[in-house]
Amino acid sequence: MSKEKSRSIEVKKGDISRRGFLRNSVVAAMGTLIGAPIVFSENVRANMLPLPFQQGDPLKELGKDPALIVLNDKPWNIETPPHLLDDEITPADKMFVRNNGLLPMETDAGSWTLTIDGEAVREKKSYTLDELKNKFKHYSYQLVLECGGNGRAEFNPPAKGNQWQWGAVHCARWTGVRLKDVLNDVGITDQAKYIGYYGKDIHLSGNPDKVVISRGVPIHKALEEETLIAFSLNGGPIPKLHGRPLRLVVGGWPASTSGKWLSRISVRDRVHDGPKMEAPSYSVPKFPVEPGSKVRHEDFKIIESMPVKSLITYPKSGAMISEGEKLEIRGHAWAGDRSVKRVQYSIDFGATWKEARLSPPPNRLAWQRFRATVEFPQKGYYEVWAKATDSAGVSQPMVVPGWNPKGYLNNATHRIAVKVV
Amino acid sequence: MKKANTHTGFSKLVYAVFLTLPAFILAISLSILALITYQNNHIADVFKPKPPRPATPVLVIPEPVDGIRNGMDMRTGLIADDGWEMVRANCTACHSAKLITQNRQTRDGWKEVIAWMQETQGLWDLGKNEDLILDYLAKNYAPEAKGRRARLQNIQWYVLKESKN
Repeated sequence: MSKEKSRSIEVKKGDISRRGFLRNSVVAAMGTLIGAPIVFSENVRANMLPLPFQQGDPLKELGKDPALIVLNDKPWNIETPPHLLDDEITPADKMFVRNNGLLPMETDAGSWTLTIDGEAVREKKSYTLDELKNKFKHYSYQLVLECGGNGRAEFNPPAKGNQWQWGAVHCARWTGVRLKDVLNDVGITDQAKYIGYYGKDIHLSGNPDKVVISRGVPIHKALEEETLIAFSLNGGPIPKLHGRPLRLVVGGWPASTSGKWLSRISVRDRVHDGPKMEAPSYSVPKFPVEPGSKVRHEDFKIIESMPVKSLITYPKSGAMISEGEKLEIRGHAWAGDRSVKRVQYSIDFGATWKEARLSPPPNRLAWQRFRATVEFPQKGYYEVWAKATDSAGVSQPMVVPGWNPKGYLNNATHRIAVKVV
Repeated sequence: MKKANTHTGFSKLVYAVFLTLPAFILAISLSILALITYQNNHIADVFKPKPPRPATPVLVIPEPVDGIRNGMDMRTGLIADDGWEMVRANCTACHSAKLITQNRQTRDGWKEVIAWMQETQGLWDLGKNEDLILDYLAKNYAPEAKGRRARLQNIQWYVLKESKN
């Protein structure tokens, strides 16, 4: 940790402008002439082809459904339209992607190791992937991972960052070993307060010394049964975009706590202080603020459990049906660490609500299926709205919830348009 | 005879020029090196050891042909208004232009983004180009009034066939 700190301090203004200068393609060409190394340029260039130069459909190349929406191609940020999230278990090709850096070069499972270190371990210990698999019992859970910024596009004034609409969420089935079992084997002290992950992704600047993102969770969340060090997704290997060969998976919390390309976990005696743990990243004001206001960094708190939310995954918005026809709707509801106790729907802009049928989750921290048969009184334009209520009685708001500077946690009711003709 | 002599003279000339070519290339290389050094005031870093080479071979990406259609740069999707090339040069070295085109901010908001990238992401000092860049962003990617919740937009209507599940 201290090593990183000293490194980041070393980065002076002059260095920054030098890097930028060197990275420009003009200089890349010059570098060839001189025969001198262009620092980091190979990382930047080889790892990330801007969209227009990719042969064929980039989504296809990435193993993604071509109907997914690319918000950003450097780094990859890809969102799933709600109607493609209809599966009970999200298949890999329909999982949203939120990467902060560039994909690691090497994700070879054979040579991969995981190191557990930090102030609160008895001693630092490393495991190969095989050792992890052989030494600890395997568990599988279906876990909701939702980006903290899902729904950001609706905030007003607009918040900076990837403009996610609804689809930065998935609930796939992960298999791995429990983090708590591994931490037990390593031995942690009573000073343990937080864990922080480190992955092998590459910083956008190409600088190998810069950590892209290193977030984590308090020790109580880390020690939950469902918190996995996963090596398998939906029964197969984890796709490279999603963290092959090893990923920390923390259900119900911002998906940024589920570190990809996992190579190290630090057990900290303080709140983890890796990049993107600091305000305002993945943080919201401690108290409600007026839209557009400035919030001091000390007035932010780190987002923990995600709020109650639901999505109508069938039918796709824009369905036209005949008068007198009934409409089957279905979707998923989830509530971070909590469960969902009811889902209601409205066809009159929230004036009246009817109950949807709600299934229990397959396991804790998984989403829950809801279904309803909707009848419409007459021809016309309708919106079907879905509203979930969690086990503590908290519901989704019908308008965009409390504004926050970075546009997190928009759990407003999902709406689809329906026309009865 | 005379003709052959002339020919030989010309060949010599060509040969002589050819001989100076390496020196010429060296001179260009040295000036570029000097330019970089001048820019950085720090020659040692040019000779800094390479970071470990990635195992994957480096791909050579052909430079694309730029084109502007309907006022938009086809390569990046940036609105081709005054200053867009400056934006492309400075912003897309690290991240996709999509990160710009999907966002809407006031001038102050964009300025904050730049400051944040400089503080945390390794963005360089933009110097006097910063004003040009901010003008471009504030004009072309300004917030739109959208109220507490926008109406549903871009609905693609389709006839729903009965589906069982």
